[in-house]
Amino acid sequence: MFEALSEKLTAVFSRLTARGRLTESEVDEGLREVRLALLEADVNFKVARDFVQRVRERAVGSQVMESISPGQQIVKIVHEEMTAILGGESPKLANAARPPTVLMLVGLQGSGKTTTAAKLALHLRRGGQRVLLVAGDLRRPAAVEQIETLGRQLDVPVYSEGIDSSAVQVCRQGVQKARDIGAAWVILDTGGRLHIDEDMMGELEEVKKATSPSELLLVVDAMTGQDAVVSAQSFHERIGLTGLIMTKLDGDARGGAALSITQVTGLPIKFIGTGERAEALETFHPDRLASRILGMGDILTLVERAQESMDQQRAKELERKIRKATFDLEDFLEQLHQVRRMGPMSQVLGMIPGFSSIARRLSPEELEGEHLKKLEAIVYSMTPKERRNPDILNGSRRRRIARGSGTTPQDVNQLLSQFRQMQKLMKQFSSGKPPRGLMGMFR
Amino acid sequence: MFNLLGRRDKLKAGLKRSRESWFARIAQIVQRPRLDEALWEEMEELLISADVGVATTARLIEKVRKEAAAQGLRDASSVVELLKEEMVSLLSVVDAGVRPGLSPTPGGPFVILTIGVNGAGKTTSIAKLAHYYQEQGSRVVLAASDTFRAGAIEQLQVWGQRLGVEVIAHGPGGDPAAIAYDALEAARARGAEVVIVDTAGRLHTKLNLMEEMKKIARVLSRLDPQAPHQVLLVLDATTGQNGLAQARSFSQAVGCTGVFLAKLDGTAKGGIVVAIVQELGLPVLFIGTGEKAEDMAPFEPQEFVDDLFSPVS
Ligand SMILES: Nc1nc2c(ncn2[C@@H]2O[C@H](COP(=O)(O)OP(=O)(O)OP(=O)(O)O)[C@@H](O)[C@H]2O)c(=O)[nH]1
Ligand SMILES: [Mg+2]
Repeated sequence: MFEALSEKLTAVFSRLTARGRLTESEVDEGLREVRLALLEADVNFKVARDFVQRVRERAVGSQVMESISPGQQIVKIVHEEMTAILGGESPKLANAARPPTVLMLVGLQGSGKTTTAAKLALHLRRGGQRVLLVAGDLRRPAAVEQIETLGRQLDVPVYSEGIDSSAVQVCRQGVQKARDIGAAWVILDTGGRLHIDEDMMGELEEVKKATSPSELLLVVDAMTGQDAVVSAQSFHERIGLTGLIMTKLDGDARGGAALSITQVTGLPIKFIGTGERAEALETFHPDRLASRILGMGDILTLVERAQESMDQQRAKELERKIRKATFDLEDFLEQLHQVRRMGPMSQVLGMIPGFSSIARRLSPEELEGEHLKKLEAIVYSMTPKERRNPDILNGSRRRRIARGSGTTPQDVNQLLSQFRQMQKLMKQFSSGKPPRGLMGMFR
Repeated sequence: MFNLLGRRDKLKAGLKRSRESWFARIAQIVQRPRLDEALWEEMEELLISADVGVATTARLIEKVRKEAAAQGLRDASSVVELLKEEMVSLLSVVDAGVRPGLSPTPGGPFVILTIGVNGAGKTTSIAKLAHYYQEQGSRVVLAASDTFRAGAIEQLQVWGQRLGVEVIAHGPGGDPAAIAYDALEAARARGAEVVIVDTAGRLHTKLNLMEEMKKIARVLSRLDPQAPHQVLLVLDATTGQNGLAQARSFSQAVGCTGVFLAKLDGTAKGGIVVAIVQELGLPVLFIGTGEKAEDMAPFEPQEFVDDLFSPVS
């Protein structure tokens, strides 16, 4: 579950009212929280240590800006540094001087190479270009069938030689085939392998030699822990990567491995994977990932996800309401329905800055469907007038609602206080003052 | 130790570098003449770099610190030993003599349901388990309930052919619960002792996919109220802190009974299981150490901890 770094830092610094320059001890206390947040997010401990050191150098003695608190000042520096390491927005794929351009995907077992190959194929084809997929994983049972099936589903041709050939042979022939059919891009899927497996790493070298790929992309699982640097560095040293694709970011992993790897290898992140469907490939936004790693919530992702599951009309309406701060209990109800479609409450709340603390306070059951059903029942037991104007809900009305919904007056009170918090947050957004001075501050 | 020996020879060259850094680390710690703050910090880092996680690490170190003070320990190496003992006992505490799933129950097939995020190693681990139970003389039936991922059914079928194990499959897009049901019925008809259900990889944050898992479990229990006897969470050893969130959500949805820790043959230490055991009391039952059916072993806390503190893993 997301724990907002900003909230912790606010707590640390709330005792300090002094303005002016940050002192060393103030900075250190704040940075301890930063380091913990990084470790929680799976940033490699060495990378985290160096990172905190750099932030420290910048922060000590820096002038705290008038408008923000010392905690926010540190978060701002942290966020800037992190965004810088993560690099720019998805850089374009390199083009070969003469087509076809060869993209080669490599990575550990189960990182998502084959799915990503299909996603890239769809992405490029949608750009109006002819693409060929090459079934270069001959080892994992039915890997060839997997990519052939994906090719059929997407209507992208797949070159394969079954499993009695060799990866080098298939890939070399695949590139030739792409030339023959006039494909602009050829995507080589390769078998997952351990970075310490001599023979298998040797095979990648050979494939690279035989196909001269323009892009050699390491596919990394967003859930990877401390070992991410070790494996990424081995791949990079051995075969010379050109970029990264981070997969499975549709879950709740914070994705700190991205920071570790970009810091250590200097490689750019070219795409991110956000779902199992072939469409779920997105451009990479360093500031969003930085917020996510820091547990600061990701309001943009939330809005995007909301748009995915709501129809556009409703999303616009909600956005308008947020702006105008006319968010009432009917909208709250509507939100509950949407939330169910969007994913677990904890995750959705975690994406809203300031909300992670609410999410944390709710028990797991409360974040499940049962609790949502209860909330729904309560709102349903209100009159339309009450829903639009919750201020009129006095004691007797609350008791009536509790009876009507089979809940207790405490439940009703709890819902109302949750609603109030949400409303307050929406107001802060709409007034252009981001909650606790966070998001937006960095844009 | 484990089944790693053969593989380790092969991997030696590649391991050299990580081995050196780990040796350096441990040596540094152990050679320290006195107990000082830096020693504790280094032990902390060692655990964190093994993915044990901040909270669990802090708890462990705190406990060992107190104990070391109480015992009046002065040298670094006995403190490291103490830490290892503490971890072994933590990892064994749920063991309590019963090792569910290490031996199939007599009478009625023992049903194992697998669950895990995409690419964790479920299907391969199922092949390993099938092989393992076969070796123990049991007859095994597999259920191809991953009807979502392209090629998933074929993947399990290839393993079935290799091992000579029957695979019950419908087809792509089929109802996972119905297939599991059929597999259990088939297993009964053939007098098989073990049924293992392969499921599609799913992120623990997807509610609808959690519902699907619940349904599989529910439908199985219609044939046998005790089924599934085991719900095995397959966890990739390279997983970081998200592993704990996975274990929590999956347990909450379908009540996991144990962990299969796959891919321990890489350089990752799989320390997140320490946090999982600590918080959820979920026992680690098996480890995966390669891509072949033989590449697995029952989990042994002592060996796991030794490995976590050793350069090779
Ligand atoms: N080195 C190593 N590789 C493993 C191990 N277990 C599984 N793998 C590999 O990891 C990759 C993914 O394994 P699968 O068994 O297909 O994983 P899965 O969880 O069934 O994947 P999905 O069904 O796609 O979610 C394959 O290439 C396996 O060979 C292990 O213990 N060690
Ligand atoms: Mg599978």
